[in-house]
Amino acid sequence: MAEVVLRNIKKSFGPVDIIKGVDIDINDKEFVVFVGPSGCGKSTLLRMIAGLESISDGELSIDGKRVNDLSPADRGIAMVFQTYALYPHMTVRDNMGFSLKLAKVPKAEIDRKVNEAARILKLDPLMDRKPKALSGGQRQRVAIGRAIVRNPKVFLFDEPLSNLDAALRVQMRIEIARMHSDFNATMIYVTHDQVEAMTMADKIVVLQGGVVEQVGSPLELYHHPANRFVAGFIGSPTMNFIDATVKAVAPEGVTVELPGGDNLTVLVVPGATKAGDKLTLGVRPEHLQEGSGDGKLTGTALVVERLGGATYAYVKLDNGTMITAEVDGNSHIRVNDPIQLGVRSQTCHLFGSDGLALAQSTRHPLADVGRGKGGH
Amino acid sequence: MTTLAPAPSAALPAKTNREVDTRPLLWPSVIVLFLWMIVPLAMTLYFSVIRYNLLNPALTGFAGLENYSFLFDDPTLWTSLWNTLVLVGSVLIITVVFGTLFAVLYNQEFPGRNIARLLVIAPFFVMPTVSALVWKNMMMHPVYGLIASLQSMVGLTPTDWFTDYPMFSVIVIVAWQWVPFAFLILLTAIQSLDSEQKEAARIDGAGPLAMFFYITLPHLSRAISVVIMIETIFLLTIFAEIYVTTSGGPGTATTNLAWLIYSVGLLQFDVGYASAGGIIAVILANVVAFFLVRTVSRNLQQG
Repeated sequence: MAEVVLRNIKKSFGPVDIIKGVDIDINDKEFVVFVGPSGCGKSTLLRMIAGLESISDGELSIDGKRVNDLSPADRGIAMVFQTYALYPHMTVRDNMGFSLKLAKVPKAEIDRKVNEAARILKLDPLMDRKPKALSGGQRQRVAIGRAIVRNPKVFLFDEPLSNLDAALRVQMRIEIARMHSDFNATMIYVTHDQVEAMTMADKIVVLQGGVVEQVGSPLELYHHPANRFVAGFIGSPTMNFIDATVKAVAPEGVTVELPGGDNLTVLVVPGATKAGDKLTLGVRPEHLQEGSGDGKLTGTALVVERLGGATYAYVKLDNGTMITAEVDGNSHIRVNDPIQLGVRSQTCHLFGSDGLALAQSTRHPLADVGRGKGGH
Repeated sequence: MTTLAPAPSAALPAKTNREVDTRPLLWPSVIVLFLWMIVPLAMTLYFSVIRYNLLNPALTGFAGLENYSFLFDDPTLWTSLWNTLVLVGSVLIITVVFGTLFAVLYNQEFPGRNIARLLVIAPFFVMPTVSALVWKNMMMHPVYGLIASLQSMVGLTPTDWFTDYPMFSVIVIVAWQWVPFAFLILLTAIQSLDSEQKEAARIDGAGPLAMFFYITLPHLSRAISVVIMIETIFLLTIFAEIYVTTSGGPGTATTNLAWLIYSVGLLQFDVGYASAGGIIAVILANVVAFFLVRTVSRNLQQG
């Protein structure tokens, strides 16, 4: 049972504020991913939870207990570092048992726990090797093993997969996800890779500039981004933003004029929007199709990337805006061909001049569904 | 992608390098170094088996192992070997211990750290004769010395360091000179300690002591063995400090092998006898070097 609660957490290095008041509730057994561009403060936030950085202001509690002033070892956490941070002069066995040795646990007990962790992670044949004699993936496993042995309430991961090659990254991603369901522990995972965030998280926290931009399930962030930053950060390739002018406002949606003169009614709650406002239309590349939809955009394909299953076309619209479209893999589109793209009104987002999204009229059916049985 | 790309381009020049025979290019320097070593060695060997005393030119001829048998019968040889051992061993222990402590201390952040580091390194820039003179006349002098005045300030009788504790005094001076060297090497080594490793140890519950013994010290082991090897080579031939302060005395209390050879050769002018001592020193240095190079290279390969 370990909830992690952050209340108005702040961190300043001298006059520079890195974390500017963060409130996050992390439920027991939840897999939470902190994601954001580099320098957004996500690693600092994790290190504050770990106790490696002091907390300038605010309150941090783990399992209902205030831990602001506790040392890292006493917080009931274990951390897996980006560089693995294994002790190079110790064998795998000693690396994994180090925390227990320091805690003066009896030798037999240490052996039992280390062997148990080694069995889970399939490290048995490597136990007497030094870290130097291990591959990147094996080192990663040892680092995770070292965390497991401590039997922590909360696992912390600081970009653990960024030093691995692509294939191994996918494999370790699956292993960590499986580990989460096996151990039923609370896990906090920091990454700059939105694919890792989308695939692993129960809950994603999007950070930018030391501020939480949005907290929600992966599909909530995908379908209901709170603002332009989250919309652009989640999803790959990134969302297209097109200037649009409001033509008419009705309770069920806002009608905007697309570049090229076509009208499109987007199903959002209008709020204070009125005709003549300048808004930004957001549409994901995968929601554009060749041909016509509820509205159409015309332009020229400047670059065409064929991935086999899908083709990415980088299109310069007639008004000069660059957008990306994911069209069918069998499309015959070629560079410098004129192209017409159809937009469907259900998949569009509208952002005001302040960057905030206008709320969608209907909630996506999967936005509030957890990944496991019963959900979180 | 990025990790694969440099591999082929790196392999190409290595291959072309291998086709050119670079050994002839090494020969000039190898030949010069070989002559540099072999000529004095051969001359010393030659002098050590003849009768050659500058005070008695009439005494000449092949002596065989006579010089050596005199030398081995001379109790001063064994005293000087023991003194060399004590001097080298004590200075090594003191410099490594203090070098490590200073390295850990001056790796912490504190205001004025750069100036403090400079001050710790400073003794290394003072030449041995000068530092020995400074210690002799300003620190340890029984009348004018700083230590003596401190002693009389609290009512103690000033100690005549070079008379009462000659070996200890020489060790203090030499150690003072060599701590900066150990400090410098160990500080750079300590700075290369991965900070995430220390953080991982903190999370694992390591306090300052456990951190030092389980993380810092093992990390420093390679650098320490390098310090020991380099210092041993220099400490085996300590001479200037003894020359300036005790002249090997009182009696033979601070006579090390270097001083013994000097006193026999250049104070008693028995070149043959001194050369025999020199050969003993060469053998000793090689024995030490053999073991050191073996342990150090094993250490370097391991890490």
